[in-house]
Amino acid sequence: MANGLDTAGTGTLSAWIKVSGVRKLFRDGGRGVDVLAIDNVSLAVGQGELLCLLGPSGCGKSTLLNMIAGFEFPTEGTIAVNGELVTAPSADRGMVFQQPTLMPWLPVWENVAFRLRLKNVRKKQRRIEAQRYIDIVQLTGFENHFPSQLSGGMAQRVGIARVLLLSPRVILMDEPFSSLDAQTKLEMQEELVSIWQRFTATIVFVTHSVEEALILGTNIAVMTRRPGRIRELIKVDIPYPRDSTSPPFNDLKRHILSLIREESRLARDIANDTSEV
Amino acid sequence: MVTDGQAKSTGLFSALSRQKERIFVPLLLFAGWEAFSRSGYLPPSLLPAPSQVLWTWADWLFTIDESTQNNSGHWWIDALASATRVLGGYAIAAVCGISIGIAIGWWRWIERTIEPTIQLLRPIPPVSWIPLAIIWFGIANRPAIFLVFLGTFFPVLMNSIHGVKMTDRNLIRVAEMMGASERQLLWLVILPAALPSIFAGLRIGVGSAWMLTVTAEMVAVKSGLGYVLWDSYYFLRYDMVIAAMVSIGILGFVTDLCVKRLMSVMLRWQTASTLQGRGP
Repeated sequence: MANGLDTAGTGTLSAWIKVSGVRKLFRDGGRGVDVLAIDNVSLAVGQGELLCLLGPSGCGKSTLLNMIAGFEFPTEGTIAVNGELVTAPSADRGMVFQQPTLMPWLPVWENVAFRLRLKNVRKKQRRIEAQRYIDIVQLTGFENHFPSQLSGGMAQRVGIARVLLLSPRVILMDEPFSSLDAQTKLEMQEELVSIWQRFTATIVFVTHSVEEALILGTNIAVMTRRPGRIRELIKVDIPYPRDSTSPPFNDLKRHILSLIREESRLARDIANDTSEV
Repeated sequence: MVTDGQAKSTGLFSALSRQKERIFVPLLLFAGWEAFSRSGYLPPSLLPAPSQVLWTWADWLFTIDESTQNNSGHWWIDALASATRVLGGYAIAAVCGISIGIAIGWWRWIERTIEPTIQLLRPIPPVSWIPLAIIWFGIANRPAIFLVFLGTFFPVLMNSIHGVKMTDRNLIRVAEMMGASERQLLWLVILPAALPSIFAGLRIGVGSAWMLTVTAEMVAVKSGLGYVLWDSYYFLRYDMVIAAMVSIGILGFVTDLCVKRLMSVMLRWQTASTLQGRGP
């Protein structure tokens, strides 16, 4: 555990993911206007950090994540991972989606080993390799189940195992626990922290929950309402596993909540101003 | 797996217990039909009794008293001739429909180039192609196969296109993230994802395949169940007509059953979820 923390500490020195001056315009086809989703976001994530992108729904945090993944592209600005410009999706940047997004026709182990299927690895070898990661996410015994036979939490574990098998430089997570019940969510958060420490991974984790960001993140980027900007970058210096009732936890929570409250007041004021004009 | 077995056994049990109710209405219809035919209200040649139809059919199948003359014992050959046409046209239509459908669903430029033409051809009833089919292919297997192809191709095509377009975009992203080539993407993601929709099209196709084979045989072919049916009509053998109708019905039903079987094997992952859903 201490090892994981160390890596996180020293990693901040080098910017592993670099988002520079990114703006993203969306064409709203229905109304024929351009919508500014993200406005001038710059961000640096160090190797081994677990950055939580925290913001209200519709603030463009998922869009930012999709751009780091290479699924979407900035209108202006650049995104680079380890010095290389992001121009397409890659196994170097593994994404865990909000919905598990498994191939429903493949059993658990083949979902986990899908990358190896694409590389034409022999079945026996794929099976062995998949087992390693199935064991890590504690799905042992469910190898031959189909995704439709899994609960939401189990399906998300498959999604995580599948990404771990890629041994990516960066793991991107788009509100992966938002549809789970409270208890499963807590379990998954704890497990994610231990996986992150074990693999000394760099993770960008999108969430709208202040609590979740505080339980997971080494750093938290608080985003504003649309158009999304980074309101404040907060370093969380609380040791893992984090106690969500401890005073330092609550102090930070109070601070972030006041930021959010201020933001929504600002947004309301702007709305009022424009309506008066 | 335990729930799997339980669901199956309870399913079988309730099917058996329902059997009594199921058989009741057909039995009543048969009895009424038999009684009506024997009452002499209509000449027996116009509405043959079911017993008469069964007798004729038995001779058509196994040569019992040669009451069906030339056709005696020929059922198997007739059925095989029709089934071959159905299978031929169906197989060609399935292969073309699925591959063209996936191409249209996946590549925008192919959609723009050939979809309008296909949409123009689609509303033309396959039966109206018969004159051209006879001119082009003569009086043999090929016009029937051509007609079956027309009837099956469009439902398979439309459903394949739909299946591709309904594929979850994030599923494609997963594959792209893992470095899938376009070929792998189509073969390992798009095709399996579209398969439920494709099978829906294939099952619609079965019905029209038999319908069109019989139609073609009545007009443009000199063999098969449809030909026997129409020929018997000329010879006022309505018992034979009815026997042919029932034969076609049964064969169509069996074909659909085969497609359903194939579907439940290939879409095993879907049935797994239904069983789970019904379970405790």
